[in-house]
Amino acid sequence: MNPSYQDLFLALLPETLLLAGALLALGLDLTVFRRRSAGQRLRLALAVAALAVVAAGLAACLGARGPVFGGVLVLDRFAVATRVAVLVLTLLALGVAWGASVPGQPAEYVAVVLFAATGLILMAAAQQLLLAFLSLELASLSLYVLAGFDRKRPESAEAALKYFLFGAMAAAFLLFGFSLVYGVTGSIELPRIAEEISLRGPDPLLMVAIVMVLVAFGFKVAAAPFHLWAPDVYQGAPATSAALIASASKLAGFTLFGRLLWTGFRGAAGPAGSLAGGAGWIPVLAVMALASLLLGNFAALAQSNLRRLLAYSAIAHAGALLLGVISMGQSGPAPLFYYASTYGLATVGAFGVIAAAERGGRCQDIADLAGLHRRSPLLAACLTVYVLSLAGIPPLAGFVGKLAVFSAALHLGGIACPAGLLAILAIALSAVALYYYLIVLKQALVAAPAAGAGRIAVAPVTALALLAAAGLIVWFGVDPQQLLGLL
Amino acid sequence: MSLLPWTIYLSLAGAVLALAAGRRSPAAARWAALGTAAGAWVLALAGAARFVPGAGLQTLADAAWIPGLGVRYHLAADGISLTLLVLTGLAATAGVLFSWNVSERAGEFFALFLTLVAGVYGVFLSADALLFFVFYEVAIVPKYFLIANWGSTNREYGAMKLALYSFAGSSMVLAGLLWVYAAGGGHGFGFAELAQAAASLSRHQQIVIFAFVFFGFATLAGIFPLHTWAPTGHVAAPTAASMLLAGVVMKLGAYGCLRVALPLSPVGFAYWHATIGWLAVVGIVYAGLVALMQEDLKFVIGYSSVSHMGFVLLGIAAATPQAVSGAVLQMFSHGVIAGLLFAVVGRMVYDRTHTRRLADLRAMPLYRLLPFAAAVFVIAGVASMGLPGFSGFPAELSILIGAWRTVPAWAAVAALGVVVAAAFTLRAIALGFFGRQEAPASPGAAGAHAQAIHLEPITLAEKAGALLLVGATVLVGLKPDLLLDWINPALQSPLLQAAMKAVAP
Repeated sequence: MNPSYQDLFLALLPETLLLAGALLALGLDLTVFRRRSAGQRLRLALAVAALAVVAAGLAACLGARGPVFGGVLVLDRFAVATRVAVLVLTLLALGVAWGASVPGQPAEYVAVVLFAATGLILMAAAQQLLLAFLSLELASLSLYVLAGFDRKRPESAEAALKYFLFGAMAAAFLLFGFSLVYGVTGSIELPRIAEEISLRGPDPLLMVAIVMVLVAFGFKVAAAPFHLWAPDVYQGAPATSAALIASASKLAGFTLFGRLLWTGFRGAAGPAGSLAGGAGWIPVLAVMALASLLLGNFAALAQSNLRRLLAYSAIAHAGALLLGVISMGQSGPAPLFYYASTYGLATVGAFGVIAAAERGGRCQDIADLAGLHRRSPLLAACLTVYVLSLAGIPPLAGFVGKLAVFSAALHLGGIACPAGLLAILAIALSAVALYYYLIVLKQALVAAPAAGAGRIAVAPVTALALLAAAGLIVWFGVDPQQLLGLL
Repeated sequence: MSLLPWTIYLSLAGAVLALAAGRRSPAAARWAALGTAAGAWVLALAGAARFVPGAGLQTLADAAWIPGLGVRYHLAADGISLTLLVLTGLAATAGVLFSWNVSERAGEFFALFLTLVAGVYGVFLSADALLFFVFYEVAIVPKYFLIANWGSTNREYGAMKLALYSFAGSSMVLAGLLWVYAAGGGHGFGFAELAQAAASLSRHQQIVIFAFVFFGFATLAGIFPLHTWAPTGHVAAPTAASMLLAGVVMKLGAYGCLRVALPLSPVGFAYWHATIGWLAVVGIVYAGLVALMQEDLKFVIGYSSVSHMGFVLLGIAAATPQAVSGAVLQMFSHGVIAGLLFAVVGRMVYDRTHTRRLADLRAMPLYRLLPFAAAVFVIAGVASMGLPGFSGFPAELSILIGAWRTVPAWAAVAALGVVVAAAFTLRAIALGFFGRQEAPASPGAAGAHAQAIHLEPITLAEKAGALLLVGATVLVGLKPDLLLDWINPALQSPLLQAAMKAVAP
């Protein structure tokens, strides 16, 4: 196939628009708005960024389809849906940042968010090892910076350092794994790799390579036992950064690795439908899912810090999403995409509520939410929607996500296969999860406000973003076909 | 017939309306709630008036909901659901009347209350197992907040326990349903489709699946030994929530057993039915004995609910047409009577005396202070004991006869439970309402005592609610055919017939 630079440019228009937006925001901030107040500079940068994200979203919706540039990128339905969803989540995160106190240089913060989004939407479409790695690193490096953006708080620096060290280690594994894959198969293009694997059959060296890739995967999506960074980062990072790390980054990670595993390494998948032995990466994923489900749900029970609780719940959700990856080969990516994107909406919203509540005082512990229904009925109502969706209560989107993923997992071979058993386990654990989610809601909706805790003023744009997230969760829950039918 | 789905929509609209009205004033929220609850009840009655009992399960709405997963928005009604719809409307309307004194966050209270009611209507109308499950879960969450926020004794503990038991039960149900659904190729959640899919599985798997689904639902119906959430939850709940919990929500569990679990796998039912029957019988007697020992009047009612729900489960386990129709009648009857008992204890007595300890109530004699409450409690108690003339009598009688035909020992032990029920009810009436004022130690103390227990009179709203419920139990007690004419044809559905045949002696 003859690479055409024009096609490439059209396919990468969303990325280009995001970068242009980032540069414009930085440029305006340095020139015209240099002497304005920090609040004005932040809002200008956010407005520019929001326009860029909307433009990129339109470009992604209306733009090219199919393999691009000789198959380096693939813009299939899954990729396009993920790109749009990542951009929607980024837009919501920007809306949340509007009313929050963003520390330091606001324009730089916004620009880094856009860089991260660029990496994430590239991840969604990458179909070649080199591009996969580069996009992953672009996104990760930006996210490290975002985690440590609050230079005045040591926790933020700690979060960034931990995130970076774990991330760098994971990146090293990924690169090592990729180089082994290249060594074994002689190609970095996923379709070619797949052909090569199907010709040769499973190969011990290839298995080593895939396991290394899975380490990086586990890190990126915070699946046990590679989850250790998540609680500290969620706790220490500024809430607006955590919103992006917990949502869009996870969605893009699942899309990238789902594609990597099923397009590239399908031949080494191993048995999906039985408990019988057989080498492959599905058993490894099943073990990671089991560990994530158990560790996430039970560790969350013990948390008194709201953000750490969200982190452990994120680990538990990663376990459920891994079931979606396992069943993707048979049921397609729709359940995984639905689950990951609606989960992203709920977490972006939850961190958005935290960020908004921080304007009225501390918001670290669950007890800091006490009396939220008096202090801000809007925040309390939105938080209820997000948390109930995370808990999987119908008719919210979280329930349909679980339904879709678990029934796909059970479809692989009933309870005779590990994925089916894990699905039953995950359903059982959702009763455990309800406990800690209700603890959060009890503080927000039942407990009386602490003495001296006043009303929380929510900026209109932030309120709009939070309401939009809640509205989307309800809408996709009541009419799930809108999202499930995309793929 | 197509009026019936509007019970759901009207209740949901009422929830929104009450929330909005609550921002204005508690009274506005009350009237909004009363209007929608009564309106939904009228819709249910109007639907019932046009109902043709012999026509089986009549579809009211059917559309693809999640085509990708084969889930349909399928609402349908037969005589069983109609009976329970009418009960729901009655309990909801009476519940609003008995919450007339809620003034703290009244808008939110009635919004949650009506959301719960909408979920309950939805469950009784669902003809797609997943839709059923969705409404079932919609009914769980508001319960937690109603109890945790507006409850009394140990409310946060009671609320959490209730929510976790309910949710654990519903997780079991979901696991079982998805298991069958996936085995059937993932085509849909229609009851008949699921039964077909389950039949394709091995006997062992069917037995496990049936246990998941049945006991998941039975948890909410208060089956022994999974009943412990019920007394604590009922006691902690505010009056209207207790009425709805004991009156209607426990019926959701029993209805789920009957509508979803039994048809799902007759093979599994045949395996488990003896166990279920014995658990039901043990529950009847055990909960009755525990009720006999309680010092808190509301706990007496709480345990009596578990005991009476045991009869429903016994009727289902016995699985003869007579026993099952008795079980459905008992659902209605207990819904009305338990609502009445909780209303007297929670609203008429506790809100005025601020105590429910039998020892304290005994010292007051309530028959003098609150004659209306005492009269209503006696009527409800007598109805609860199963005396002829009230709805409990035909219900429990036909359950016992039906159970006798299946396993005579069940009927024998359960009949013992009737005696125990009479004992704890009479004890509650005697100690709670007809105590003796202690002889005053000194004339001064007596004056102070009399002053301290001046109680505000029973309000009009309470009287109206009580009369509605008393009227219903007497009406059904005198003419049970009103409901049996709806219920009996519904038992002819092929799905239920298959389940009954599987355990026929």
